[in-house]
Amino acid sequence: MNSNLYALIGLGVSISFIMALKGLSAPKSARRGNLIGAFGATLATVVVFFDPKIVDRNNTLLIIAAIAFGVIVGVPAARKIQMTQMPQLVALFNGVGGGAAALVAIVEYLYLGDSASFGEVLATVFTVLVGCVSFSGSIITFLKLQELMTTRPVVFPGGRFVIAATLAGSIGTSGWVIASGGTTPLLVLAGLSLLFGVLFVLPVGGADVPIVISLLNAFTGLTVAASGYVLNSTLLIVAGTLVGASGTILTRKMAEAMGRSLFGTLFGAFTAKSQAATEAGEARPVKSGSPDDVAILLNYAQRVVIVPGFGLAVAQAQHTVRELADLLAEKGVEVAYGIHPVAGRMPGHMNVLLAEANVPYEQLVEMEEVNPTFPQTDVVLVVGANDVVNPAAKTTPGCPIYGMPILDVASAGNVIFLKRSMRPGFAGIENDLLYDAKTTLLFGDAKDSLTKVVNALKAL
Amino acid sequence: MKMDPMVILTIFTLSVFVGFEVVSKVSTTLHTPLMSGANAIHGIILIGAILVANEAKTPLETTLAIVAVVLATINMVGGFVVTDRMLEMFKGKGGKK
Repeated sequence: MNSNLYALIGLGVSISFIMALKGLSAPKSARRGNLIGAFGATLATVVVFFDPKIVDRNNTLLIIAAIAFGVIVGVPAARKIQMTQMPQLVALFNGVGGGAAALVAIVEYLYLGDSASFGEVLATVFTVLVGCVSFSGSIITFLKLQELMTTRPVVFPGGRFVIAATLAGSIGTSGWVIASGGTTPLLVLAGLSLLFGVLFVLPVGGADVPIVISLLNAFTGLTVAASGYVLNSTLLIVAGTLVGASGTILTRKMAEAMGRSLFGTLFGAFTAKSQAATEAGEARPVKSGSPDDVAILLNYAQRVVIVPGFGLAVAQAQHTVRELADLLAEKGVEVAYGIHPVAGRMPGHMNVLLAEANVPYEQLVEMEEVNPTFPQTDVVLVVGANDVVNPAAKTTPGCPIYGMPILDVASAGNVIFLKRSMRPGFAGIENDLLYDAKTTLLFGDAKDSLTKVVNALKAL
Repeated sequence: MKMDPMVILTIFTLSVFVGFEVVSKVSTTLHTPLMSGANAIHGIILIGAILVANEAKTPLETTLAIVAVVLATINMVGGFVVTDRMLEMFKGKGGKK
């Protein structure tokens, strides 16, 4: 293929990625933006086989088979995943992307051998280090979100020294690779970076995991840009940098929405101590009610705010909660949903889940708007949420969610919690609101409980 | 033929600014789909993987490169598909925000 034509197509693909990101920042254009990006990426993948710079074509059939295999694995995973599990899938996709970038850098390094320039070695070292951190770090976030391991921060004695030593080792090994070249130092670097990725994410508490995913996403973007430098591909440089830059901004915005300092999230590992502060709460008395009690409370309310959380999503209770809301609306009760920015597992996750159940968009009220209305609200129905209404975020300095903006449900007349058990939320912190005099607890699976409340309400 | 380092620096710097600019006004609702979409875009490392797989000679190089192709494909294709599924949920909601 003519090299000018090839470069022009690359430019077109770069533009499609810019349009994709632009489109994704507004609801109306989001889906179209994503499709434009997908189209650009597909075009680039087809055209790269005709790259005029390719001198050897050693493995064309094997490459096509590998792509087909990747599609066979990736597409069904993306199609079949429950919407509730989507954040960990994104983390996993990000991890394999980082792993791919690191492998590409290693192969190119082996291929170039001693002919690699100083700049190329530097970019290779960067890609291997950051790509491996992104890979192993993402795997840990996946395990945390999938709850295959504890969601609490994992802190072990002397942990901070081990982390610091691993980081120092990685950087030292980078110097070794640059100074002496050769395969062994690079593999040692890969190993140390993988280990650092694990150690780096382990101490992050459950509630902060989305921020880390977003950050690792930006990291992977930068490794792609560095690979572009080594491989002489303008497209990779542009696309990788775009993701790196926009990912950094997005990470900061997410941290802001959650009221977390990015620094505190990342280096919490080095400071985390005061974990056990709130674990002492033993068997304090709580008020639990029957579905009938709840139905009566709701029936005679003027205004009800429903606060959905991850528990609602797990129980697949979106549709039942909507049925309840419709029923209340028929009875003349004003119903709104109070959506915390990080309800679910990630910013915007709950909006996706409720939209799936056809909840009218107008009823979804964001935190800043719903908070001032709680004093005029008679009943707040908290369905499977905990951390986002936990007053400890305001009152207990040093607890893992301290400083996170919360929904002020405590200022409403009554609070009803639908919970499976007294188990603390994802962040692993006791919630004092559960013991408050105005709180009623209804234990059980969210969907089950809601169905009973709906039936009781119909019978009234 | 290698690219001029200054040209690369220029491309890089301008891309940083474009990257900052395009997402500066995103609403909280779209944080997750945007992250997922950006995630799919860095799956473009696939073309890097294809380039190195073409020149790979030793069994070690070939194996690593082919693994990279598989991983990058999963990242890219899966990323775009899952983003589309998320955004599908928003369609026809007539929201202004």
